[in-house]
Amino acid sequence: MSQSATESRVSRLDDYAHLLGAGEIAELRTLAGRLEGRTIQMINSTSVGGGVAEMLNRIVPLVEELNLAIRWDVITGGDDFFAVTKAFHNALQGGCFDLSDESFQTFLAYSEQNRARLRFDADFTVIHDPQPLALIDSRPAGANAWIWRCHIDLAKPVRRVWDFLAPYIERFDGAIFSSPAFARQLRIPQYLFYPSIDPLSEKNRELEPEVIEGILAEFQIDPHRPVLTQVSRFDRWKDPVGVVRAYQLVKRYFDCQLVLAGGGADDDPEGEAVLSEVREAAGKDPDIHVLSLPPWSALEINALQRASSIILQKSLREGFGLTVTEGLWKKKPVVASAIGGIPVQIIHKQTGMLCHSLEGAAYQIRYLLSNPAIAQKLGEQGHEHVREHFLITRNVRRYLTLFLHFLHRE
Amino acid sequence: MKASQAFEFVTASYLIRISGREAGTLAELQQGIEGCSDASIFYHTFQSLGRHHFLNGGFSNDFAQWVLGSCNRPVLAERLASLDIRNYVAVADLRADLVQILAGYAQANPQEGTHNAFENFFFCETIEEEIPLGAAWTLEEFRARLTELPHASLQFHFITSRLRLHLHTNDFSHWFSEVLGLHSLARSVDRIDIYTTTLDSARDRIVALVDREASR
Repeated sequence: MSQSATESRVSRLDDYAHLLGAGEIAELRTLAGRLEGRTIQMINSTSVGGGVAEMLNRIVPLVEELNLAIRWDVITGGDDFFAVTKAFHNALQGGCFDLSDESFQTFLAYSEQNRARLRFDADFTVIHDPQPLALIDSRPAGANAWIWRCHIDLAKPVRRVWDFLAPYIERFDGAIFSSPAFARQLRIPQYLFYPSIDPLSEKNRELEPEVIEGILAEFQIDPHRPVLTQVSRFDRWKDPVGVVRAYQLVKRYFDCQLVLAGGGADDDPEGEAVLSEVREAAGKDPDIHVLSLPPWSALEINALQRASSIILQKSLREGFGLTVTEGLWKKKPVVASAIGGIPVQIIHKQTGMLCHSLEGAAYQIRYLLSNPAIAQKLGEQGHEHVREHFLITRNVRRYLTLFLHFLHRE
Repeated sequence: MKASQAFEFVTASYLIRISGREAGTLAELQQGIEGCSDASIFYHTFQSLGRHHFLNGGFSNDFAQWVLGSCNRPVLAERLASLDIRNYVAVADLRADLVQILAGYAQANPQEGTHNAFENFFFCETIEEEIPLGAAWTLEEFRARLTELPHASLQFHFITSRLRLHLHTNDFSHWFSEVLGLHSLARSVDRIDIYTTTLDSARDRIVALVDREASR
């Protein structure tokens, strides 16, 4: 299970034309044309690993292809700096924070080093997440716009950390959040950019039938019987045991299989415990496939989702829920909890089915298995919903529109 | 035949601004609608319909969707959904009708106003950036541009035009009627039901109507 050459190949803008329509690509070029001669700088804390780096790795080449000068800079720091920023990250999301006051000085000292090392002369500077926040101290006097892109949930931060970071945040011209529920009351304008998926990535690209068949065979999944799949970490908030219970209610009426695929069990003691609970709940049912996959399993996840009859996301707490986006993109009927960012993606009975309990999830699954034409229509409309709002090209458009907005504001 | 005035195609790119206002109950929704900006009412009604252009029914506006999905109040949701944005040329009138429906429901069902919803409603606002896409001087040029027009542009000319024109019509019909004198074509295009067809189907229908006009 290694990363294939397809994954590392950079997608060109025109590669998206058959998915979006030539008109949409032309419109992106028109938007970019209005920004001709302007420069953009993206700054984050890592060039590999993690969702932000993955997203920038795809957005930056697309913006370059639109003939805009875009530079991506990565801040550096020692282990002590990243220990502090990791603690900040957790605290901002409501976790505990037990570092000393010295940690704030460590944060500022490394920020100072990065300020000395980096150049800040772009028309539009986008800082991603809290790690590079203090670079705002280097904002040159003049008309250029600085925007903070927050990829995490700020609804209930630890007060001590928030009080330290908020004065930096409020010196930006605006902040971008992934959900209104993740935002906070700030004195600067806040914008909504939904998370997005890349339809040409290894996890989402079209697959040949034989690739899917091969992967089903590898995991001993029967391609001739319905498959219900939930892809997520083995984490209690994802309620994998609840998913097993829902499947067991469905199994009384339908000869189906359940796939629970995810990671997080190897390096996380709680993940290991949850995995044990799931295995115990599954008992000796040979139709329950619990797959603990390594992080480089994009192709396998893609195949499992494409082979599924129904995609499930029965979380008890959820961020945006990109696994829902992935399922919808693959034209699958999705049954998911009405929490977090899921109702933005699933319009009940239009682009999928929402549920509030495991019994409700079981009922919706049975309904869809009994009504394949309805399931197919939900899948098709869900695909259109993702095409319209949750693809990476849409986020390129959002950035261009934001820059135009700031330009006209000047 | 060359028109005396060209049809200027425009597209709009939208930013969503988070207003910071939210509602967790029906009473709070009403207060929110009363106090939010015009840009917020526009986002949750006119713009919302455009954002869900691929659905051919079952979706009208964000308020109705939230009342149904998060408050489980189908009767109220149906009433809110029944507001047809084509009847409005000013946001103030639409806001007044939304408030009237919510206030009427609250009066008839006073115990429901403070029930907590499953998820809060977050008021957002639209910021629009308009970009010119070129002009059409003849019906043939118009047809050619229309077939490859992006959804955002179709939405701009066909759905949100009423607020701009302050007329009960869309930009296409306005041009057909006022510039080309094709009143029947204008009326036919205006009768296309945007609540029960997708934006792509609406486009196909307009193209067919233009073809029929051209063949006369």
